Order: sequence, then structure tokens, then C-alpha cells
Amino acid sequence: MPADQPATATKAPTGSRSGQREAAAAALRDVPHEPGAPKPDPILVADEVIRQFGGLTAVDVAHIEIQRGAITALIGPNGAGKTTFFNLLTGFDQPDKGTWSFNGRALSGVAAHRVARLGMVRTFQLTKALSRLSVIENMRLGATGQRGENVFRALFKSIWGTQEREITERADDLLARFKLDSKRGDFAGSLSGGQRKLLEMARALMVAPEMVMLDEPMAGVNPALTQSLLGHVKDLREDGMTVLFVEHDMDMVRDISDWVIVMAQGKVIAEGPPDAVMGDQRVIDAYLGQHHDAALTEEEEQQVLADAEVALEQERAETEEHNQ
Amino acid sequence: MNWEQIIVNALEASVGLQAVVFALAAIGLNVHFGYTGLLNFGQSAFLAVAAYGLAVMVSTFGLSFWVGILVGLVGAVILALLLGVPTLRLRADYLAIVTIAAAEIVRLIARSVTFADTFGGSDGRQAFAGGFYDLNPYPEGSYNIGSFGFGERAMWILTVGWTLVALSCLIVFLLMRSPWGRVLKAIREDEDAVRSLGKNVYSYKMQSLIIGGVLGSLGGFVYALGQASIQPDIFGTETTFYVYTVLILGGAARVASPVVGAMIFWVVLSLTDNILNQAIDAGYISTSIITNSQVGQVRFMLVGLALMLLMIFRPQGIFGDRKEIALDAR
Repeated sequence: MPADQPATATKAPTGSRSGQREAAAAALRDVPHEPGAPKPDPILVADEVIRQFGGLTAVDVAHIEIQRGAITALIGPNGAGKTTFFNLLTGFDQPDKGTWSFNGRALSGVAAHRVARLGMVRTFQLTKALSRLSVIENMRLGATGQRGENVFRALFKSIWGTQEREITERADDLLARFKLDSKRGDFAGSLSGGQRKLLEMARALMVAPEMVMLDEPMAGVNPALTQSLLGHVKDLREDGMTVLFVEHDMDMVRDISDWVIVMAQGKVIAEGPPDAVMGDQRVIDAYLGQHHDAALTEEEEQQVLADAEVALEQERAETEEHNQ
Repeated sequence: MNWEQIIVNALEASVGLQAVVFALAAIGLNVHFGYTGLLNFGQSAFLAVAAYGLAVMVSTFGLSFWVGILVGLVGAVILALLLGVPTLRLRADYLAIVTIAAAEIVRLIARSVTFADTFGGSDGRQAFAGGFYDLNPYPEGSYNIGSFGFGERAMWILTVGWTLVALSCLIVFLLMRSPWGRVLKAIREDEDAVRSLGKNVYSYKMQSLIIGGVLGSLGGFVYALGQASIQPDIFGTETTFYVYTVLILGGAARVASPVVGAMIFWVVLSLTDNILNQAIDAGYISTSIITNSQVGQVRFMLVGLALMLLMIFRPQGIFGDRKEIALDAR
């Protein structure tokens, strides 16, 4: 099982390792391509999740399962409810109705910080680098179970000093892997947009999550950094983590995801491996509108032409009449 | 013009009672606003609760000095909880609205006719500082270097006051270099990010509110004991705004900045007051422009002008890092 693989935190992204990708593909081979399909080893299961804003139903997901150890993409047109669904799953928003569980533990009504501690960590569409903290402090913040985070123990460095050194070592390893080590002491606010995305992902890994939820990891990233970010996302899978991400960039979705879930108007409308999903009529309809490519038949074409002739003729007659 | 007098007055203001009180209040506010980003506009309420806790216990109920201190401290914690429970889950600006209202409620209750028997109405409370001055180790007399110096009572309260300032700064320093302080600073930057990393933001904001409130309340004790008398209107909103001025002068989120800010604030007030008064007396400034009775207001205008110049030419305050300020513009 993928999750049993040891985490290899310091490997550089190579893109050539593909053991987990094959394992995920094999596990998902027999899963039917239909919304709400059951997975062989789901890490996250959600049922009847509904979120309404006034009269608008933003999310109405009947059933969804996310396979452990795979990279699952959540796609859909703007306003499909992807980010809202993310917010609900991670405790940043409360649904009107619904249940979901992570690793078999019910998460409905659990506060966002507890969700993170349970091993499900998210990033944000608008990157949240902590600007006036240095890069290394951003990283250290991510570590959980810090003794010095208690106000009384905080007063005595002897209590938390050793742990702080261990955390710093782990943070430095991750920074090196994400090629941010040269920025170690800089304010996070001075990083470029792409570097902030990298920092946010690295910081999320400091929590040592089982599942990483990335909200548009490629938004606003310079194309030169895209490949490296893609490599890092693939590495998460190689390290045994489960990834669920929202993305608009279809090339990225095709390149790295093992499974794609499509949302439109709050509902899951299709599921399947990337290639199957992108040819799915329901998906094309959701993105481009229902009748965008319905070709005209020859008769209809003749009819349209004839109508146009008549209209033209009439107009010409009217103008002549007017001129006399 | 008597320059020696002007300079001695300025020196005394730099270490005097007001500087201590505002330094302590600003150290507390620095924990709230500078480190955690909590917009607390009711810092004067923490001073008021402490001062009244002490004064009422001793002068109204005849209890001991130490009971008064304890009640004042507990009062500050309760006030922080009362302010925090309803507002800390909401957006930052709600805290500003609630705290400014709460501070006025505290002041208006203290000066109300209904509770005049307990709080003394607008006259406040007197005769409660005896227990404190009984502990005074300084023998009677005046302690001077030239004409700069204080009497034995002032020496005692200033010794205690500056010790409290030093201890408070030490506590803030120890806390802010720790992982606990890192969480507070991260909350100031973006609390959702901190939540996503598994920290209980609400609990940290509450702890910050309590610690900053208790540190600020020390200023209330020092003021009450130094004056040996309190009136409710001392704890109005302008006190909170002076505390903000002190904090911004020094530069927020630096350990020593509230102390230096408070010293500069009171030195500038003393200098402008003395120079203007003496210039009017000596006839350098015609009374058709300002009279002596208007100097009190004019000096605050000058402080405002100084603050504006500071914001234009050194927006990070005296100790701040200009690079940090530049980040906000991105």
C-alpha cells in the first residue's frame, strides 16, 4: 500500500520515479468512471455535503471518495464550488448539511486547526506567506507539537531549545529540497509569487501531513517554475502522501493526476482518469455550454440562407420605396 | 529664559511617573497590536480596572494593599476574557469597536452617581496608597543631583515602576523569541494560514489579550499609587490614543520601543510646555498669539505635528525596520 512507503524528505525532484504512479494507476484501474465511484482504499469519504449561500447552492456533493496515495485533481468551470468544497472539508467553512470522514474519523464540525493536526493540510488559492516573518520562521511555524508554543514553557529556552534545533534541521532540509535555502533569512514578503507557492507547500509539509490539499498551486506561477512545482507535487505522491488539488491548467492536470473529479454548479458531474474525463461529453458541456459544437445540418443551413435572402430583399424594397 | 529649569524638567519627565505609566501601558498594547495585530482601542480600561480594583478594595472596603493588587490583576484578566470571548472569532475591526466601547463603559460606571458610594463618582478615590508607602525603604528627604531629583515618595514609586518596566520588557523579550511568540506574529500576518498549520488561533489571541492586558494594568497600579488619588476621567479614550502614540513613536513589535517611546513623548510634552510658557513670560511670544493657559493644548498640537513628521520620514518608528514597512506596500 502506498502509505506504507517511508517518507523521503530530502530527495530532489526528479520526475523519473514513477513507482507510486503505477501503483495508483493499478489501484484505480477497475474503478468505474462515474460520479461518486467507490475507491479500493479511500482516505477521504464525503456524503451529502451541502453548502448554501442564501438562495445559491454552492456545493451539493452526494458522494465522493479520494483514493489514498494518489494524486486526484478537482476541476470544473469558475463558480463550480471547488474552493468552497475545499473550505468545507478542511474546516474553514461549515456546511448546512453533510458528513465526511478522513482516515475513518468523522470530521463534520471539527475546527480547522484540528483538521490540520489530524494530517489533512491545505494551501490557499491566494498564497498566504507570512510576509513579515523570515522564510525559516515560516517553516518552523509549521511543525506540530512544539513544546515552546505553550505560554509558560515559552519563557524557558532550555525546555524548547533542543526541539527547536531539530525543527530547524528539518526545515533546512525541506528548504534545500524546494531550492529556497538561499532565501532562508529573507522576509517571506520579499519572495516572488512562485517562490511563495513553493514556501507555502514546503511549510505545509512541516506539519507532516498524510494528505495535502492544494488550491490552485499553479495560479500566478512563472512558467519557468511550473516544471519544478509539478515535480514537487509528484514527489508528494512518491513520499506516500495523498494529494487533492484544484487546478485550471489542463496540461498540468493531464500530466500529474491519477484521477480527475469534475464539479459543475456545486455537483460532481464526472470522474475518471484524465484522458477519459477530458473526452467526456458532460465535462465538455459543463465547460463550453451545451450546444457550442452542435453542427448545422445541410437543410438547416439552406433554410438559414433562404431566410437571410428574404430579409435582404425586403430591406432593399423598403429603401427604394423610401427614396421615391 | 531659564534653560536649566527647562532641561531639568525634561529630564524629570523622561523618568517620571507618567513615563512609567505610559511605558507599561504601551508594553501591554505592544503585545496586542504590535505582535498579535489585535486592534485594542480600550487599553485605558485595563489601567482603570487595576487602579479602581486597588483603590476600591483599600479605601471603600478597608482591605489590605495586597488584596487590592490581587483584585486589580484578576479584574484585568476578567476584562480580557469579557472582551475576547465575543469578538476574537470575528474580524479584527470588531475588536476595535468593542474595546473602545468597553473602555467607555468602565469609565462611565466608575463615575456614575449610582455607584458613587463604591467608586466615588467623578471625584474618584483617595487615601488608599498608605499601605504602599509604609513599605518605602527610602528615608525621608530629597534625592537630588544638582536640581534634578525626587522626594522619597517619588523615589519609591519610581523604583517600583521602573522595576516593573524592566520585568515586563524581560517577559515580552522571552516570550517573543519563543515558538509561542512566533505563533502570535504569524497570526498578525495571516490567521487563516496559522489555522491551516494546526494552531488554535482563538486560544493564542485570548492569551495575548490577557497578557497584554495584565501588563497594561501594571500601569494603572503605578499611576494610582504615584498620584495617591484616581479620578475616572483619567481613563478616557485619549489615554488609549496617547498609548498608541507612544507605541508608534518607538516602533511597534520591538521590545524596548514602548519604553523609549514613552520617555520621548513626555520629554517632548515637557519641553514644549516649558519653552512656550517661558517664551510667553519673557515676551518673546506675544499674548495675542498664545496665552499661558493655551499652552496645554498647543503642546499636543506640536506632538501631533511631530508624529506626522515621523510617519512621513520614519514610518517604522525609532526602532523599526524600514524593510518591514515596505513589505506592506506589496
